[in-house]
Amino acid sequence: MKKSRAIYMMIAPYFLIFFTFTVLPVILSVLVSFTNFNMLEFPEWVGWRNYAQLFVRDDVFLIAVKNTLIFAAITGPVSYIACFVLAWIINELPPKIRAVATLVFYAPALSGNAFIVWTLLFSSDSYGYVNAFLLKWHLTMEPILWLKDPKYIMTIIIIVQLWLSLGTSFLAFIAGLQSMDKTLYEAGAIDGIRNRWQELWFITLPSMRPMLMFGAVIQITASFAVAEVAVTLAGFPSVQYAGHTIVTHLMDYGSIRFEMGYASSIATVMFAMMLGTNLLVRKMLSKVGE
Amino acid sequence: MTGIRTKRLSRSWAGDLILFALLAAVGYFMALPLIYVINNAFKPINEILKFPPDFFVRNPTLNNFTDLYYLLAGSWVPFTRYIFNTFFIVIIGTAGHVLIASMAAYPLAKRKFPGKGILFAIVVFSLMFSATVTQITNYMTISWLGLLDTYWAVIIPAIGSSLGLYLMKQFMEQVPDALIEAAQIDGCSEFRIFWNIVMPIVKPAWLTLVIFSFQGLWNAGGAAGAIYIYSEQLKTIDYALGQILAGGIIRTGPSMAATLLMLSVPILIFVLSQSSVIQTMSTSGMKE
Repeated sequence: MKKSRAIYMMIAPYFLIFFTFTVLPVILSVLVSFTNFNMLEFPEWVGWRNYAQLFVRDDVFLIAVKNTLIFAAITGPVSYIACFVLAWIINELPPKIRAVATLVFYAPALSGNAFIVWTLLFSSDSYGYVNAFLLKWHLTMEPILWLKDPKYIMTIIIIVQLWLSLGTSFLAFIAGLQSMDKTLYEAGAIDGIRNRWQELWFITLPSMRPMLMFGAVIQITASFAVAEVAVTLAGFPSVQYAGHTIVTHLMDYGSIRFEMGYASSIATVMFAMMLGTNLLVRKMLSKVGE
Repeated sequence: MTGIRTKRLSRSWAGDLILFALLAAVGYFMALPLIYVINNAFKPINEILKFPPDFFVRNPTLNNFTDLYYLLAGSWVPFTRYIFNTFFIVIIGTAGHVLIASMAAYPLAKRKFPGKGILFAIVVFSLMFSATVTQITNYMTISWLGLLDTYWAVIIPAIGSSLGLYLMKQFMEQVPDALIEAAQIDGCSEFRIFWNIVMPIVKPAWLTLVIFSFQGLWNAGGAAGAIYIYSEQLKTIDYALGQILAGGIIRTGPSMAATLLMLSVPILIFVLSQSSVIQTMSTSGMKE
């Protein structure tokens, strides 16, 4: 009994703050999604109307869902695997080089909104670096409107998002690899581990499972929440909504039109999509190292 | 400890070289924004405004930094005040988050108690909810608690963010149970087990969390501060620089210098915490 009191004392400060500033707002937001709320008048209960409108009448939302799913399906797995592979390679480097390499690969995440560099590269006139290069080598006859042409917008956002995505999970993987119990490798060698791949599959990955789970959740959240890059590069709204995502749709209704009920229902739909993906990935990760 | 890893499995000299070349190539690509910011900060005004822009600086100058200094010296609230505000928020917020989240993570990872599963599930779910819509309810809560226009409006929500608890819990699961049981037999209290045994072992994890939390507050402190803090005397550097540099094209140079200075603090924290990870790992083992 005394022991469990100590436990509750230890978790109390965190969960008090967590419930007040995270759980409560989320619950309220889900409730608001069933209302019509303009922030001035008291919310009016409308039941499932917001959701019905979202899926039946709102064509732009369906474009946003399609774009978001494409983003998530490409950037999610690619960056997740890249995070692990890079962390794994870097971890075997000598300490000093390892520190420099970690900094270099983490640089895009560290440098705030420096991804503006990319607007310079993909600038639409002949002064943009990519266009200048293509013209110089006579690969195109005239400059391409990279960020204004619906044909290219998605691809460019995906590239930039991938470049930016070595963030939280990358560092968590590095920390995970560094805190691994090194005697496990010794034991593995005795038990007949013959090459690096066996070592990776039978020792490293299973003992990293908690961090792999962490990385998966963070990466799924990040890949569904693409917005900032899309807005900075392609503008808001983008040409023919080519770079429109669920989050930019949410921003449209939440921060511009102030239709909080509708915005909340968009957030709830996205939450449900992430949750589904997470359960799927969780199932896949439980098979690692078997 | 190091003796074990010197025996590397199936590696070739050529393979290492290819790998290294690949890393270097991708690395250059990844470092582009840093190279860009550093170069621009030292560019004289005619190079900054040059079109088409050059990527690299031709005639490096410190003018941008001296201009920035004179601009800041003329501000109404002393600039040191902004620096104090920023560091107060960032340091208390980071220390509070790392300590309180880790403290809550230990029982979740290593102890059985009723409600444990559901508490952790809620933390994971909360990571997936968009912050855009919860802003308004948060504002109401903060106003209701009387925290508006204080540092705490930014600090307290940051302390309770879900990321830290989740990260620490995942790492603490790796701590061998035998170590904790041994400490318990020796009569250690729960808090002492947490502080003296678990925390040193998961040092790479909480140093990483320091990076996340510091970086988040350093960048978002300005954004959250803009919503919750009105008083000029309580504003952060981010805000101050934004105000001073909103002066149009002639201040482009100083703004580049400011960007570099703002960026250098998180980088410094990153380098410091990374090097202490490496130092401690050679001495502390997780042997059972």
